[in-house]
Amino acid sequence: MKYRLLSFARQFALMLLVVWTVVSLVTFLIEIVPGDPATIILGETATQEQLNNFRHKHSLDKPAFFFSYSGEEGLRWNGADNRYAEYFSGLLHGDLGQSMRTDRPVRDMIFERYPSTIELAIAAMLVAVAIAIPLGVLAGSRKNSLGDNFASLFALLGISLPTFVIGPFLVYIFAVKLGWFSATGSLYPEDIVLPAVTLGAALSAILTRMVRSSVIEELGEDYVRTARAKGVGERTVLFKHVLKNGLIPVVTILGLQLGVLLAGAIITEKIFNWQGLGLLLLDDGIGKRDYRLVQGCVLVISVTYILANSLTDLVYRKLDPRIRLS
Amino acid sequence: MFLLAALLAPAIASYDPAAQDLLNRYAPPSAQHWFGTDGLGRDVFSRVIYGARISLEVGISVVFVSAIIGTIVGSIAGFYGGFVDKLMSGYLFNVFLAFPGLLLAIALVAFLGAGEGKLILALCVIGWVGYARVMRGQVLKVREYDYVQAARALGSGNIRILVTHILPNAIQPLIVQSSLGMAGAVLSEASLSFLGLGIPPPAPSWGTMIEEARQFYTIYPHVMLFPGLAIALTVLAFNFVGDGLREYLDPKQRAR
Repeated sequence: MKYRLLSFARQFALMLLVVWTVVSLVTFLIEIVPGDPATIILGETATQEQLNNFRHKHSLDKPAFFFSYSGEEGLRWNGADNRYAEYFSGLLHGDLGQSMRTDRPVRDMIFERYPSTIELAIAAMLVAVAIAIPLGVLAGSRKNSLGDNFASLFALLGISLPTFVIGPFLVYIFAVKLGWFSATGSLYPEDIVLPAVTLGAALSAILTRMVRSSVIEELGEDYVRTARAKGVGERTVLFKHVLKNGLIPVVTILGLQLGVLLAGAIITEKIFNWQGLGLLLLDDGIGKRDYRLVQGCVLVISVTYILANSLTDLVYRKLDPRIRLS
Repeated sequence: MFLLAALLAPAIASYDPAAQDLLNRYAPPSAQHWFGTDGLGRDVFSRVIYGARISLEVGISVVFVSAIIGTIVGSIAGFYGGFVDKLMSGYLFNVFLAFPGLLLAIALVAFLGAGEGKLILALCVIGWVGYARVMRGQVLKVREYDYVQAARALGSGNIRILVTHILPNAIQPLIVQSSLGMAGAVLSEASLSFLGLGIPPPAPSWGTMIEEARQFYTIYPHVMLFPGLAIALTVLAFNFVGDGLREYLDPKQRAR
């Protein structure tokens, strides 16, 4: 009992350390910009006063970190008033800084769009699972049959075709030729279908493979033979017994793949003009060189990913009794 | 499956001239232009061929550099074990793995600016961990083998043991990782270029070509079709090769 608590505490501490490092890295991102952010954003025609105001507003006139090193003086202590400390303490208060373009708090801009991205990610996961489970079971239970080979081919395609190829392809078929869905936008509930399928495609390919190998593995287990000997129908064997156990690794993968989904969502949002976090990052952040906004977006996405992973890890340990006993 | 990989090799032989600016816009495939022309009248076929050069250049560089970095770090972690290993695999790896997919690459390019060198750097930064993990696993495994103990008893220095004994065994999974890494690198380069964050235009990166084609692709699908096909086939080929190698090299799988 004490061991479990201790190991949990260690995991948690490690996670905090990683989060802190990630945050620090993101904070430092702004330091690697070649050139002066003020001039980049305000343009060539800005007056010296405008430049100075901008620099002051975004703490560009303060030292970057607690220490700084230069050729003449060597290591120097800058005191607590520096960009790193300021950004960090801001974060602890939930303040992500001010957008360099619109002067709005970055936090507001981000959380306006955050739900849309989560919506998309969840929809994509549902699509992926809905495709992968039947296909994977089909493939695994009839190994090397036509169905199995078809499923494997589908899986390979899903992994190799990039999102921005599948997306327009789907749009061409379903929006242009068949007219079932609209090509872009996030206004109507049905608008989520094409983006979700596009985003979920790669995931469904990976999941199908996983389900298939899980099913194959489980079908070799003793309890399956017992159930069959008892006279239980094949279908029940498949769904009630094999699936329950086989789904454990699948759930783990799902949780871990959330990160890939988040990254893929960025591209998908661009393709379909889906008003989510990814589009914010791309168009308003990177497109307009709004570095603070980019920092905020990267931070939020990364932290979400880390949290999702840690959670999946926890859930996985609880779910798999084999792990618990070891 | 190796056929597909071999198919790509002639693509590097860019025998087509760089004549990319003509006045026939959006022409469909014809005898003069095998893949037709794009929005600015450029020959799609040559652009696809040159795009192959870009993708392969980037891919090979990324795989090469990440593999070297990853191998070194992974070896250190696996070999010395203990605290050093915890530091590396527990902390360092996880820090880089904490960024989902392309996010770190996007962030780096966003702040550093576009360009091929920076792109390669960004992709290496996210890619090296894969090789490190593989290498570490191999080192941990081989470390305990008898002949390693024997070599040590004979007085071989650590580095010598690493290079002469452990490396040859580690090569196999590393090659698998490289093949898959290549597929990933090509995909990442295309994705970043699609987002406008990769090789800047007018360079004919496949990703950029697809992005440019998006305007009118419903009317002129061929402009998007060919680069898309190129990407798909390339990634498919490397995935195929990687998978095939993995199945071939894994003794467990073979017993099935």
